Amino acid sequence: MTVADYAFYLFAILLVASGLFTVVARNPVHSVLWLILTFLSASGLFVLLGAEFVAMLLIIVYVGAVMVLFLFVVMMLDVDFAQLRGGMAKFMPFALLIGIVVLMQLSIAFGDWTAADGSQALRAAVTPDLTEVHNTAALGQLMYDDFLLLFQLAGLILLTAMIGAIVLTLRHNPNVKRQNVMAQMHRDPAKAMELKDVKSGQGL
Amino acid sequence: MVGLEHYLAVAAALFVIGIFGLFLNRKNVIIILMSVELILLSVNINLVAFSSFAGDLVGQIFTMLVLTVAAAEAAIGLAILVGFFRNRGTIDVEDVNVMKG
Repeated sequence: MTVADYAFYLFAILLVASGLFTVVARNPVHSVLWLILTFLSASGLFVLLGAEFVAMLLIIVYVGAVMVLFLFVVMMLDVDFAQLRGGMAKFMPFALLIGIVVLMQLSIAFGDWTAADGSQALRAAVTPDLTEVHNTAALGQLMYDDFLLLFQLAGLILLTAMIGAIVLTLRHNPNVKRQNVMAQMHRDPAKAMELKDVKSGQGL
Repeated sequence: MVGLEHYLAVAAALFVIGIFGLFLNRKNVIIILMSVELILLSVNINLVAFSSFAGDLVGQIFTMLVLTVAAAEAAIGLAILVGFFRNRGTIDVEDVNVMKG
């Protein structure tokens, strides 16, 4: 076994173990931390596969952004998590049954398959030699040339998500006094104050 | 020697763990969202493994697309969760029946 093989087994065991702890952890904050470990191990696997850019993307986007979002929501919501865990023992047999069924279905397809004869010729974008072009540069060439529409659509999906999240969480508090710019600009001195001619010695 | 099937086995295990988590945490939406993230990650591992062993870069492009969709899904899911918590004071999804006809 080479070093890469040992690294694969290390990352694979870490990935599966931390994935399992994510779903069975009692405290949701611990779940989030286990999920971060899962993503880090997965990015280790991606580096072993020669997909460095996707690996770094996984760390930046998931560990840096999505997991922090999860952590914020878990810590912000004042939820009695112990009460939510109550049904776990009740759901366990059913969940195990479903898990084993899905595992068997996946293992049916496992051992006996071969790549089609023409599959090598059908490749849409053959990976260039690593000594010539790096993974990131090759991906950039491909993404901005052949998959430009897909790239733009991904941006549109993110825009939709952003607008949706803002609309869902924004709320206007009626008790807060806000500045009304139009009313301010249309203020008229004639309406705003009144001059009275006071007779001397009498007052108003 | 670690081959394609080793990576597929890891991805399959992670997929099953994700499904298991979905059914195990029927009440807690946050863990359900995390299970969905696990499932999407296992799909990503499959895509990258095939992309690497077949020598075709398109798999990694699609991995990035899956990543984008997963991030958008997490953001909207958490926003809905926060809105639900403000209205009901709990995140127990078994109580989500106000729209029941």
